[in-house]
Amino acid sequence: MTTVSPLHYLIVSAVLLVIGTLGVLLRRNIVVILMSIELILNAVNINLVAFSHLHRQVNGQAFVLFVMAVAVAEAAVGLGILIALFRNRGTVLADEMDLLKW
Amino acid sequence: MLSAALFYFFSLLTLMGAILCVTRRNPVLSGAWLIVSLLGVAGLFLLVGAEFLFVAQIILYIGGITLLFLFVIMLVNLEGIVRVRQFRRSWPLVMAVGIGLVVEIVILLLRGRLPAEATTEASAAGNTEQLADVLFSSYFVPFELASVLLLAAILGSIWMGQRRPGRQAHSGAGERVE
Repeated sequence: MTTVSPLHYLIVSAVLLVIGTLGVLLRRNIVVILMSIELILNAVNINLVAFSHLHRQVNGQAFVLFVMAVAVAEAAVGLGILIALFRNRGTVLADEMDLLKW
Repeated sequence: MLSAALFYFFSLLTLMGAILCVTRRNPVLSGAWLIVSLLGVAGLFLLVGAEFLFVAQIILYIGGITLLFLFVIMLVNLEGIVRVRQFRRSWPLVMAVGIGLVVEIVILLLRGRLPAEATTEASAAGNTEQLADVLFSSYFVPFELASVLLLAAILGSIWMGQRRPGRQAHSGAGERVE
């Protein structure tokens, strides 16, 4: 176990993905749900960088940059929505936002 | 040997930070553990030779996104949130979904076959130089589109964040968690 293969990176990435998914599904606080989405995106980034290293090409790293740009946009818009929601409803709990539920 | 030790250290940082981020009751602590987790990911980037992404990860994620989270936590009153139930009531269903996801990923990792490691020697140009070459030749149009996306996100979040008089009439006062 002294050498690190790309499989190790895939396993770390998979565990991070599972943690992030459980965070999105389990938590009620929308702030923590958005943080969990960042964790999921980071799991994907680890995968992309590991394969980029495996193939000795930087295309995967270019893709990681795009993922980062989308993550920044997503965080900005998501937190803007969160502030607007808090102003209108007075809560940041996901399961209390149920106007569209039947 | 040293790189293996560093790999396990950064992986531990990433996963421990992620678990603590998801389970903390106080969102400020969640944000702090998110920083630890993202630093671990940055270290993993450095280990596979993605120096530019290492720096971008620290500047963008830790300096940008996490700071944004902490600002929003300050703007939104979360004192009451700390005392209420943190997890959804339907957690057994969610755990079943999580176990399904784990099984799926394990099957994929066991059955999948990694391509052989490329033997071509890394080119003499540095990582940042190679990345810039690819980014401004093959991915030029997506690069410009990303800037349009960021502009749209800026305008959208400003528009949503502003206070509009006359729309505040039905603020859900009864559901306020204090």
